[in-house]
Amino acid sequence: MSYKTDLPVMKPFKPREPEPLLGFRPWHIVVIALLVFFGPSLAFAQAGVPLLTPFAVLLDWVPLLLQGFIFNLAISFLAMALGTALGTLLGLGQISLSRATRGVSWFLTQFFRNAPWLVLLFFAMFLLPFEINLLGVSIPFPDWFKAILGLSLPVMANVSEIVRGAVRSLPSGQWEAAESLAYSRRQTLWLIILPQCVKRMLPPWMNLYSILTMATVLASIVGVSEVMTLTGQALAAEGGRPELLAPFYGFVLLLFFAYCYPIARFTVRLERKFAVIN
Amino acid sequence: MSWTPAEPMVSLKDVHKSFGTLKVLNGVSLDVMKGDVICIIGPSGSGKSTLIRCVNALNDIQQGSILVEGQEVNDPNLDKLELRKKVGMVFQQYNLFPHKTALQNVMMAPVRVLKQDKAKAEATARALLKKVRLEGKEGAYPGELSGGQQQRVAIARSLAMQPDVMLFDEVTAALDPETVGEVLQTIKDLAEEGMTCILVTHEMAFAREVADHIYFTDRGIIVEHGPPETFFKNAQDPRTREFLSQIL
Repeated sequence: MSYKTDLPVMKPFKPREPEPLLGFRPWHIVVIALLVFFGPSLAFAQAGVPLLTPFAVLLDWVPLLLQGFIFNLAISFLAMALGTALGTLLGLGQISLSRATRGVSWFLTQFFRNAPWLVLLFFAMFLLPFEINLLGVSIPFPDWFKAILGLSLPVMANVSEIVRGAVRSLPSGQWEAAESLAYSRRQTLWLIILPQCVKRMLPPWMNLYSILTMATVLASIVGVSEVMTLTGQALAAEGGRPELLAPFYGFVLLLFFAYCYPIARFTVRLERKFAVIN
Repeated sequence: MSWTPAEPMVSLKDVHKSFGTLKVLNGVSLDVMKGDVICIIGPSGSGKSTLIRCVNALNDIQQGSILVEGQEVNDPNLDKLELRKKVGMVFQQYNLFPHKTALQNVMMAPVRVLKQDKAKAEATARALLKKVRLEGKEGAYPGELSGGQQQRVAIARSLAMQPDVMLFDEVTAALDPETVGEVLQTIKDLAEEGMTCILVTHEMAFAREVADHIYFTDRGIIVEHGPPETFFKNAQDPRTREFLSQIL
């Protein structure tokens, strides 16, 4: 049987097209990027200034900037690894049976979760010594290492909450079934609860990684030679030509976008997939 | 422990339990002999589920005594893991581990908790799955099984620990009507093999058929109990009669 009708309820369900990013379509972004890159150059070409076009200048600096960006990624990997390891411990502390452990873990988590990342970074930078003496051996603490420590603190706190939330989100029946089968608490956690949590933790964890990657540029403020620092230095070396600002910083933006956007898309896909399974 | 089969396998004496200010059990006493099948029936919220959850120490009690094979459960120094090796439990919501296959669900506890040899545990698990009529479903994940099938895996999982007593907490309440029968049949088989069973159930016909003894609870006390024939035909207490008239 078929009806002819204007009533929306009677029409077959059609999935909506995916929401475009901030109302932009992919081709909009390309156009904007082209304008950012070539706009100023065109203006200068018309002015007849006998200098290299900004785009050509940028090309010269690209290898160095890419190096800086890779350094950002290295900082993000290490801070994520460290923060995840510490955060998992802290998260497990938050569900500990010992009231004291729970309390301390809760406090550390809340404290670092509600602290501005930049302040934590400054703390790590200026309160840690540049080297420590252990049994007569001096171990240097380079700036990049302190940046990793500083950035891993908020990551730790957020991972702690992700772990706690995932464990809490499992039905209590899982704990009861395991208890009734005489599993010890530790076995219950490692064999039954945590394996089920990994799936639930993955999307927010990847989200956090994205945020961390974008936050690595904060390290430029405390003097680590990452991509923002290098961009500033490159611009200074070119004599601070204002028409270079947009292409250079635009390039840095594009680098981060090219890296973080796929992660965000992948996270959304994972979330959808798990939503269907659960 | 000097328990002998001549004494009750599970013995509750004057058990009191409350959640905060809410009194759930108000002095419950009952004895279960080895090989007995007892059914606990009663209206919702009468404390039936709490009662059997106290037997394997999933809930603690405030007052009274619970002996399982002579071992006191209401004891702060109780070795809960040892107790739970002797007492199997099956839940209303099956509570299978969704990230493990049916076979893994059944053999995991014997391997990890009882430290059984893996090959031996697997052989036992396969035999148990066959016994609950799930041959061929060994590799299936819980999400791929029907409610009735999942519940039978849960029964096999408990049996794999070779318990002395089995607790069944409204195990058919969440099932589709057409799969209730297969689960009840499995329990009946167990009962006929002499497994000591404590069941909380709403299946009156089933209770009448398999139970050696019926207990009727209301508001945290045992109102009336007796063998099924007398209980169903000749209930004395008005509360029991009212409940039975609503159900039957």
